[in-house]
Amino acid sequence: MAAPKPRVKIPKTASAGEVITIKTLISHKMESGQRKDKDGKVIPREIINKFSCEFNGQPVFSCDVEPAISANPYFEFTAKVMESGTFKFAWVDDTGDIYTHEQAIEVK
Amino acid sequence: MQVTRRQALGISAGGMAFLALGPGMKVALADAAATEKSLMEFTGGKTPTAGKVTLKAPEIAENGNTVPITVSVDSEMTAQSYVQSVTLLAEGNPNPAVATFHFSPMSGEASATTRMRLAKTQNVIAIAKMSDGSVFMDKKQVKVTIGGCGG
Repeated sequence: MAAPKPRVKIPKTASAGEVITIKTLISHKMESGQRKDKDGKVIPREIINKFSCEFNGQPVFSCDVEPAISANPYFEFTAKVMESGTFKFAWVDDTGDIYTHEQAIEVK
Repeated sequence: MQVTRRQALGISAGGMAFLALGPGMKVALADAAATEKSLMEFTGGKTPTAGKVTLKAPEIAENGNTVPITVSVDSEMTAQSYVQSVTLLAEGNPNPAVATFHFSPMSGEASATTRMRLAKTQNVIAIAKMSDGSVFMDKKQVKVTIGGCGG
């Protein structure tokens, strides 16, 4: 599988105290561990098991993920921004890999 | 009537297949008891009351592989009073747990959207835990045309 590619959509600017919507998506097969291959063997589970978002080092939103989340997991949530800063996103894979993404926002 | 050896074999094989199938089918899909167990684990033994939580899901999902679902909780989201976490459970999936969202006062609103898998037509439950320890829930039935846990 190609390396999972995170995609994040947040507004470039916002006014102080505004509640913004953040949309995130990462390409990942989310193998549930329930499926069998053509020889009848169970395909081992391999999913993103945790997603988190922080703003300037403070936690905003996180999610414990189970195999019941669809392939290419999508999360949409909100954040209240008071100052300019950077959003840090992290996706934790069952394999132990962590995929990260950073995006700045300017608050006027 | 004399039972021939061939008949006896056939009967016992059939019986064994039935026995193997019976309990096997039950394990494959989570039942209400398993859902109840995960619910109690999340709430710490409290029974959630209806209200505050709004679960938005399609009434009919054509493809159980990706069912959009939105959960929002009515809360001021201040440092004193906010929604700590929301968990989603699916009664008819092999494993009832779907996802647990953790919010903070910095979330602004307690609202999140994701896409989930549903094995068959079933109830989806959202349970919210507030910062003061109270728990609320909402339940919605989603009809699924093509299940999403196949293999």
